[in-house]
This record gives sequence, structure tokens and C-alpha cells, in this order.
Amino acid sequence: MALSSRHLLGLQSVPKEDIQLILDTATTFREVLERPIKRVPTLQGKTIVNLFFENSTRTRISFELAEKRLSADTVNFSVSGSSVSKGETFKDTIKNIEAMKVDMVVVRHSAAGTPLFLTRICNANIINAGDGIHEHPTQALLDMYSIREKLGRLEGVKVCIVGDVAHSRVALSNIYGLKTMGAEVSVCGPSTMIPKFIEELGVKVIYDIDEAIQQNDVLNILRIQLERKAREYFPSIREYAKYFGITRERLEKNGKEVLILHPGPINRGVEISSEVADGMQQIILKQVTNGVAVRMAVLYLLGTLN
Amino acid sequence: MNVKAKVVDEETLTRIITRIAHEILERNKGTRNLVLIGMRTRGEFLANRIFEKIKSIENIALPFGVLDVTLYRDDFRTRLKQPQVSVSNITFDINEKDIVLIDDVLYTGRTVRSALNALMDFGRPSSIQLFVLVDRGHRELPIRADYVGKNIPTAPWEEVKVKMKEVDGEDAIYLVETKEG
Repeated sequence: MALSSRHLLGLQSVPKEDIQLILDTATTFREVLERPIKRVPTLQGKTIVNLFFENSTRTRISFELAEKRLSADTVNFSVSGSSVSKGETFKDTIKNIEAMKVDMVVVRHSAAGTPLFLTRICNANIINAGDGIHEHPTQALLDMYSIREKLGRLEGVKVCIVGDVAHSRVALSNIYGLKTMGAEVSVCGPSTMIPKFIEELGVKVIYDIDEAIQQNDVLNILRIQLERKAREYFPSIREYAKYFGITRERLEKNGKEVLILHPGPINRGVEISSEVADGMQQIILKQVTNGVAVRMAVLYLLGTLN
Repeated sequence: MNVKAKVVDEETLTRIITRIAHEILERNKGTRNLVLIGMRTRGEFLANRIFEKIKSIENIALPFGVLDVTLYRDDFRTRLKQPQVSVSNITFDINEKDIVLIDDVLYTGRTVRSALNALMDFGRPSSIQLFVLVDRGHRELPIRADYVGKNIPTAPWEEVKVKMKEVDGEDAIYLVETKEG
């Protein structure tokens, strides 16, 4: 069993068998994370560079831990304090890093397509840790892992992605991945945040959050990305919270059990009320734990490929 | 791949299990502090047989775990096929325990080396003993078994196939010749 590609750029063209393999392998690493010594020697001697051109806490720490727990050597790169601020071009930076003999690169960049560009200019295995508003495959994989862990399957599960779908790489990766695995996917949010022609991806659009709760088994709540000028797409944060925020009252009114996921970081009182967020804390934090296992699986499967 | 000989049949295999179970009990003077750990895949089924045998002799159910050593292998760079990893399942504390580690065939010793490393990550057992169903020689590391079901001297181009009812539908050990010979 091996992956069909030596990079993970997105889930758009990843076949079902590969996703299945990653999720199954993650189960193994979940067990490793429960051990007293949470470390295996599998990637000993491999060097992995984490290239983060954009801020990140969860994803960067999660990747770094995953790498360390596989015994790889890791190097972190962030723009501040690098030669990028001295005017070096992106390509030169990469070429220089590659010349130091790295085996894998984990990259996050605000420009969509950066990971693909990297595959053309360097030889390492490339893993996309989020590129602009394009894809964030490992986040979608860990969301799928969490759904499968909780509900036992992905096939036929009804999942609604709620919020700023238009500017979300998490949403796009989730749509591709979930559709491949046979889930029924819908999106919900203010019409300004739902991209035109999204139905072309085989996704249902719902504009009413109560309807979304009624019709689905899982809600994946996206963060309102205030740093990406999300405020321009609705009149006020209060209004967004009123019409699309997940509150206890709203869940009780609909009287239905739904699994709630949130990729974090949470804007309390905006897309989800503090009360619900704390009630769901167990699951949301479990997503974070699963994230390390899923990233270990991806690193292992790519890093040991011949 | 052609079969050269059926070295052990079902009846003999059952007797081997019975003998080894007694040897384990004799050497450890009973079952106190003893735990069984089988290595995936066939070591797990062998461990299970030993477990049942000791239960029928001493009326005691020993702690029983399963170890997957894929992540500890040293041949990732040289193998053509990526091995499938699966989950280790050791639900008890192995600190200060006497472990009987169980595998089907002992050959170069590299799998056992990875198992020892893996076990050390679970804790610090007071001792580890090794039971293998077949010792076929050709060690590359200084490792030996404490309990051996059967010594089968082999040539490097030969292979020992252990078949077990749980996965293969029969209990037997075959000596086969691979084509490089």
C-alpha cells in the first residue's frame, strides 16, 4: 500500500484509496500518541523544513510535533527575520534551502498555488499547509478523521460547512475530500460568502442556518476570517452572529443532535457562542489531537515512499 | 515459489505449543509477573495459542498484547513496497514485567531488534524472553531465542512459510525455494 503521489498539494485529485490509507494510518499514530513515549524512529535521518510565510499556531505546532514524533530533523522558517525581508526572491530562498539537502517541505503561503510552484523548482516532497484561499488538505483530512471516529463512517454522512465559504481553504479541501469519500456536502452562509457556481462541485447551498441544522449530521463551522476583510461581506458582526451563529438556544430549538466541528481559532460569540464552544470543547480539542496523528500519517506515507 | 517440504504438520505444531507453554512455566516458575506479547501477524496467533495453553494448565489468564513494529524497521530505504502499518495493542503496564515476546520465524534478527526498541518505548520491563516457532539461522545481529519450536537449517535462497489456521486456513510449516536459488 502506498500513496499515488509524492506530494500532498490538495484533495482535489486525491483518489479515495489514498484518503482511506491516510485515515487508516492515522489510527496507528493515534495509538502512538497514547503511549508514555510518544515517539517512533520511522523518519530518522530525514530533514523537514516548515516554511511558514503566513501566521499559524495550530498547524505549525501540529506539523512540528508530528515531525518530531517521527524522529525527523526539523527546521522552522518564518518570514520575519529571514532574507525575504532583505529582498530575496521566493525562488532563490527555496533554492538555497533545498541546497541544504532537505527531504520534505511543509509550506504555508498566502498565494494560492505556492505548493505546486515548489514541486516544479525543488525535489523534496511538498506538503501544503494552506495556500491562500485554495486548499488546506491536512485540515480537511483531520476533520474527516474526526467525523469518522465519531460517526463510524463517511459514506452517506450529511455535512454542512457553515460560514465564509468563499474565502475558506478549509471549506474547499473539505468539499473535495468529503465528496470523494461519498459524503453529502452542503454549504451555508450569507449569500455574499457563498461563491457563484459552487453547486458545480456537487454541493447543496442552504441560506438558512436552522434548515442546515435540521438537514445535517455534522456542522463544520468556519472561522469568520476578520484578517481577510470578512467584515465587508455582511453589515455587522452582530448581525452575522444573529443569523448564522451557533448558540445553545438555536440547537435546542431544533432539538436535533448534530456533531459540531471547528477548525479554530474560535471567534467566541461570532460564529459560535461561548457556551456551545465550551460544551463542544471536548470534540474541538480532540480535532487538534487527531490533527497530529493525521499529519504523522501524511509525513510517514510520503517520507517512506521510494 | 515451489514447496520443498512440509516440515511440520498440525499435530506437531500443537505439540510444540504444549511443550513451549510448559517450558515457559518451568523457566519462570509459574505465571507470576509474566505477560505475553505477540508480534503481528502470526506471532499474535501463536501468542494466543500459548495463552490458551497456559490457561488450561495453570487456570490463569495472562495479560496479552499485540505489537506492530513497522514504524521501527530499519529497511524503509531499501524496500520496494511500503509496508502497511497497524495498531499495537498493549493495554497494560509493562514496567517491571517479565515479557515473553512471540514471533513466527527468527532469521536475521532485525525484526526482533525493532520489537525490542518498540517495547522500550512502552516502558521498562524487568526481562524480555523470546519465543520463535522456527529458527532458520543466518543471524545478522547478536540475538537468540529463549524458546525455539523447531530449528530448521536453511539456505539463504530458501524461505520458511508458517501457516496458521486463523489467517491461512491450516496449521503447518513449509520450506519453500525462492527463484533466485
